[in-house]
Amino acid sequence: MTLTRRQILLLLPAAAAAWDFVLAGTPEDAPNYKMTDHWWGMLLDIAKCIGCGSCVRACSMENEVPDGYFRTWVERYHVDDWHIENPTVDSPDGGKEGFPANGKTGGKNFFVPKLCNHCTDSPCTQVCPVGATFHTADGVVLIDYNYCLGCRYCIQACPYGCRFFHPTRHTAEKCTLCYHRISKGLTTACCEACPTGARQLADLKNPNDPIHAFLKTHTVQVLKPHLATGAKMFYNGLDGSVR
Amino acid sequence: MEGFMYPNEVELQWSVLIVLYPFLTGLVAGAFILASLERVFRVEAVKPTYRLALLTALAFLIVAPLPLQLHLGHPERSLEMYLTPHRASAMAMFGFVYLWYLMAVLLLEIWLDYRRDIVLLAQSSTGLKRVMYRALTLGSANISAGALRVDDRAGWIITLIGIPSAFMLHGYVGFIFGSVKANPWWSTPLMPVVFLFSAMVSGIALVLLMYMVTSAIRRRAIDMNCLDTIAKYLFYTFVIDFSLEMLDLIHRIYEADESFRSLDFMVHSRLFLSQIVLQIFVGTLTPLTLLALTQLVQFAEQVRKRIYAAAAILTMIGIFAMRWNVVIGGQLFSKSFLGYTTYKMGFVTKEGMLPAIVLLILPFAILYLLIKILPPWQEETAAMIEADGID
Amino acid sequence: MSRFKDSAHLIPVAALFVLGAVAFVALRAAVIPKSFGRYGPYRGDALQEITSRPLVYAGHEACEGCHPDVLEMKAKGVHAHVNCESCHGPLAKHADDPASVIPVKPDVATLCVRCHSENIAKPSGFPQVDAKEHAQGQLCNTCHQPHSPGFDTGGKK
Repeated sequence: MTLTRRQILLLLPAAAAAWDFVLAGTPEDAPNYKMTDHWWGMLLDIAKCIGCGSCVRACSMENEVPDGYFRTWVERYHVDDWHIENPTVDSPDGGKEGFPANGKTGGKNFFVPKLCNHCTDSPCTQVCPVGATFHTADGVVLIDYNYCLGCRYCIQACPYGCRFFHPTRHTAEKCTLCYHRISKGLTTACCEACPTGARQLADLKNPNDPIHAFLKTHTVQVLKPHLATGAKMFYNGLDGSVR
Repeated sequence: MEGFMYPNEVELQWSVLIVLYPFLTGLVAGAFILASLERVFRVEAVKPTYRLALLTALAFLIVAPLPLQLHLGHPERSLEMYLTPHRASAMAMFGFVYLWYLMAVLLLEIWLDYRRDIVLLAQSSTGLKRVMYRALTLGSANISAGALRVDDRAGWIITLIGIPSAFMLHGYVGFIFGSVKANPWWSTPLMPVVFLFSAMVSGIALVLLMYMVTSAIRRRAIDMNCLDTIAKYLFYTFVIDFSLEMLDLIHRIYEADESFRSLDFMVHSRLFLSQIVLQIFVGTLTPLTLLALTQLVQFAEQVRKRIYAAAAILTMIGIFAMRWNVVIGGQLFSKSFLGYTTYKMGFVTKEGMLPAIVLLILPFAILYLLIKILPPWQEETAAMIEADGID
Repeated sequence: MSRFKDSAHLIPVAALFVLGAVAFVALRAAVIPKSFGRYGPYRGDALQEITSRPLVYAGHEACEGCHPDVLEMKAKGVHAHVNCESCHGPLAKHADDPASVIPVKPDVATLCVRCHSENIAKPSGFPQVDAKEHAQGQLCNTCHQPHSPGFDTGGKK
């Protein structure tokens, strides 16, 4: 059976869509991904986070994160009245199984999800002695597990506590912004699993990305702005008590 | 764990081995600077300790990379620091500073100063020793007055270069900590300077002790002029070091930034023994007082020797405590300033107390070997040559 | 001439240094990974190693292709933006081979309360209940259709 040009033109998009699904499970690299077309960040909406821990569980399953260590985690804050310099904070097992009631009444209470901020001027890549941790052209900070010496200088240099030492691989380890997913057009595991849309991956180079409108209309902050790390995880409604 | 810490912060990353590293390189820098006092600044009084100080520096410099190798997750990849050094990283650049200092400064200076003895020993010894000494001569047997003058001149130039190199060697270690803006316990421009002066203090104290110990073993009289001069330099350097540390402390207390309350609590609880008791009282105020006394009051020789020895031992304890308080202290508090953790040091583990003790003893074993091969004292060298029997 | 003779012993030292430098350069050429520096000051092959990790979560678009009926039901209710794998767990293996890899249904007793048990830190507008009081010993899906749980959107079972 020969196909007419018209038939091919109609079939191609369907075939492309189907191909995307086929690629979904196959461990290949992303042939059509151009790094310089993207600049990755994330929007974290404090007003929407319910502390369910789905993101922490999803990340640990997607990335084989060892028990007791966290590429992402959720913190619960309790602020008494005007004492924003003295919040009570907890994060039981990183919030992986949610948060048991803590008996707090009154005050201001909320959840803060945290992960690597993929800083533009990251102090961690600055201190790596061998170039084992680096920035990609699309703004993701990654670790080369086959090159890292395990000196742990980067772990010391990160102001956000998002890095850890992998207990069996003996290299530094942290959130990769699910690079293996976003380079294939998928979203990160944590954003996929979040039931309320508190976490949303953002491509800052894409003019149609909803984050641009969001940043214009909401009060947004990054963590520890005084350290000028160029963090790209933007928090909506971040309270002054958040460390 | 107490209070709140980011979940990944509870475990300490840098262990007692990383405390050991600045301690060892500090001793190297300090011993070398004492040696250079004689060579460049013509402080004749300390000449009896010149060669001993150089050999001490070499013994400790050889051991210094070992705690790092034990600490690395992949020590087999450590060559990468020389192959693809990341120029923005202080740690990477330090690898080259270390290499430069070892090769171009210390080894070269030792060789130039010992060359005459090496040639004589090469001629007098037999068997394996002869092979070793002949190799060390690098093929030349010229120990004429002219050649020795050339050696002296070259050695002087190298020592001159060596002083800023020694400053770099330990200043860089201070910078490795001082440039980490994420950690307010470490991040201060004073850190390289404090490290350097505390290194000089510990190095001078070590050479003082080594001189007294080796003199006792050799049953030789101590040159009191030499010992008094070393003690004087120890005192002055310590005053500067103490002033710098007090400046840092007063500045912190006065400015009281967001980290202050957390750090203050940490010092008074988890670091009370190591900082307030060991570093400040036992390791700084006591030796400073003892040394000040010797500068103000005339004591008999025996008394002075005992005071110097006590002061030097306490100083070394104090400087070790200072390294501990910087490295371990910097990891005991959370970067959220809301919590604290504890350091669980193993004993017979890769980064535990036992390897640390072994690594502290190892330089002395190496020094013993070095002294046997390259005796710092003329009498021993002459005796070796005589024993070999010159043809 | 004698002055040169007296400095001659320094030549082997200089030669050793030069030799060392040459050996160092040669070593670098031989040992540095070839892909180093391709994209920046790091090993270029690392990017491919990282992107070739297997997917564990399929992503909701993969599910919607085969389960349009669930999608339709979900779209009408308050769980419209809750992605499938948020409750059902990672399903890339199932998406790759739907016939042989059968997903395990989530455990209702633990799943729903993780989001909906009341907690003072949750946003006040978010539906949360005291699970024991509300459920009276029954499982959540006795009354609520998980894909469209609100009663006013046809969610009552």
